[in-house]
Amino acid sequence: MNIVDLMPFSVLVPLIASAIVALLPGRTLPWAVTFLAALISAIIAALTLPAATEVTLSYPFGNWPPPIGIEYRVDAANAFVALLVSSMASLALLWARTSVNREVPRRQGPFYALFLLALAGLLGITMTGDAFNVFVFLEISSLATYALVAYGSDRRALLAAFRYLIMGTIGATFLLIGIAFLYMMTGTLNMADMAERLPEVRDTRAVRAALAFIIVGLGLKLALLPLHLWLPNAYAYAPNFVTVFLAGTATKVALYVMLRFIFTVFAPDYSFVVLPLATVLMVLAVAGMFAGSWVAMFQVHLKRMLAYSSVAQVGYMVLGVSLVTTAGLTAAFLHLFNHALIKTALFMAIGTVMYQTNSIKIDDLRGLGRQMPWTMTAFALAGLSIIGVPTTAGFISKWYLILAAIDVQAWWLVGLIVLTSMMAVVYIWRVVEAAWMTKRPADLPTVREAPLSLLLPTWLLVALNFYFGLDTRLTVGAASAAADVMLGAGLGGAAP
Amino acid sequence: MSENGILRVVARFLIPLIMLFGLYIQFHGEYSPGGGFQAGVVFAAGWILFALIYGLENALKVISQRAMYVLAAAGVLLYAAVGLLGVAMGGRYLDFYPLLESPHAAQQFGIITVEFGVGVTVATVVMLIYTMFARRKSEWEAILKEGDEP
Repeated sequence: MNIVDLMPFSVLVPLIASAIVALLPGRTLPWAVTFLAALISAIIAALTLPAATEVTLSYPFGNWPPPIGIEYRVDAANAFVALLVSSMASLALLWARTSVNREVPRRQGPFYALFLLALAGLLGITMTGDAFNVFVFLEISSLATYALVAYGSDRRALLAAFRYLIMGTIGATFLLIGIAFLYMMTGTLNMADMAERLPEVRDTRAVRAALAFIIVGLGLKLALLPLHLWLPNAYAYAPNFVTVFLAGTATKVALYVMLRFIFTVFAPDYSFVVLPLATVLMVLAVAGMFAGSWVAMFQVHLKRMLAYSSVAQVGYMVLGVSLVTTAGLTAAFLHLFNHALIKTALFMAIGTVMYQTNSIKIDDLRGLGRQMPWTMTAFALAGLSIIGVPTTAGFISKWYLILAAIDVQAWWLVGLIVLTSMMAVVYIWRVVEAAWMTKRPADLPTVREAPLSLLLPTWLLVALNFYFGLDTRLTVGAASAAADVMLGAGLGGAAP
Repeated sequence: MSENGILRVVARFLIPLIMLFGLYIQFHGEYSPGGGFQAGVVFAAGWILFALIYGLENALKVISQRAMYVLAAAGVLLYAAVGLLGVAMGGRYLDFYPLLESPHAAQQFGIITVEFGVGVTVATVVMLIYTMFARRKSEWEAILKEGDEP
């Protein structure tokens, strides 16, 4: 079995496993099968990445040749994102077992089945080369995610899930309208075919409207600043494991799809000319960086604080895109990967605190540094990474972003990036100060250190943050290959 | 509604026809308009009509909620299994040509089996959704009744 035949199973294994897991009784068995499925998916994605970097892989479903049938088309860009999503899912699952046992005390089969559907959906969006297939997988993952958010033990989770459902559906509808316009004008749904046929009809109102609809629809999924309102509550009230998984994957996949449409389907010489896209994205990105960090500085609820920080981090990624250079795109892909590592580690640490103390308010964390030293140290170290201290993964992506900004002589952007990093120092420091610099008030309960089943995965993520801060061969190599593919020949690479 | 004689007689006459029509759409789906999704919805509509007239409890005696749940997953698995069969016989996922010798028969077999999986899942999921809402109503009425009796 060669790699092309193996590649689609990265999506199919979680998809098929979800139907099996839904029927499994008890709590251990569903988790074990889910973990196995995610691990197989991650291994296949890891095998795909080197092959896809060399040549674009294409898998026709049902052996129908591509423009007619649905194909999976994997190059350096989406192989990178697929590897990120599936490995983050496996790492999050390591942490999940203890946490989910507490938060979903009933039969866990349906819960993990939904998780696998969400994972399969995200991977499907990433790998498919068919525009309508993107929409279908987007709906699969979104519907599963709404249900997962509603599993939260806080009653507000229901409202957060409903809000997410309304806004997510509007976003998906916009995307569908955009794809329908493109289908109307080109008569094809295959992205590579669409990219070839678009130049003939590009000066029409329908195609311009399609671009606008797709950008807005995906902007909603991506939580780009004025469209981010669903994110903080969905992240804050979802079960901790769901937050850990979503924070590392969902917005990243939306960013990838947006890049795929902007750069491959429409081609940058169209999308950045017909709309003032570079300016719009840059303004929204900078606004997101500031507003997200600013609001995060005043949050009392720690999961909401990290959620707003995510809005800011999406800003960094989009800022890289808005420069429309290879360096900028490399920085965007780097931050896409590194931010997943950082946020997953932070949410794991906070989730561990919540598991032990049953509270997530910053006031209840006072003096916790001495009672849960390992957890709080993990949080502080992951915090260093989000600030962008050298030797951490966060530093690498910010460094490349600053280099990209200097490349286009945008010195003011460098200032803004440093300034928002300082704001990150503030919101991370508030937690560190509460945990270590204040005494634990007498009315707060004494807690013990968290169980190893939560601590070890958290520390594994923290270690990865430092590993990818020192050894950048994999991340920088893959990110620049992905950026080259996006800006270069795109989908034109020959399929075997 | 079960007391109304007209409804009972008409429903008894209609339900088999609706289900038969559902099966007709199911098994002609590969070369005429129709297919698993539509068939599943029509078939489930017949069951829902039965539940409306004869009561949810009687309808659940025909097919229990647990059976619906299992069948919903089984339909997906049937679809996936046919897809995997194509891979096992040396083709691609959902490739039907390797399944049988005659290409025409192979496609027909593949499509019918896959659509049957779709039909089973759609029908049982529609029934599940109805059951969950209907259950909520009876639970709600029980709460109201408790409120009436001090």
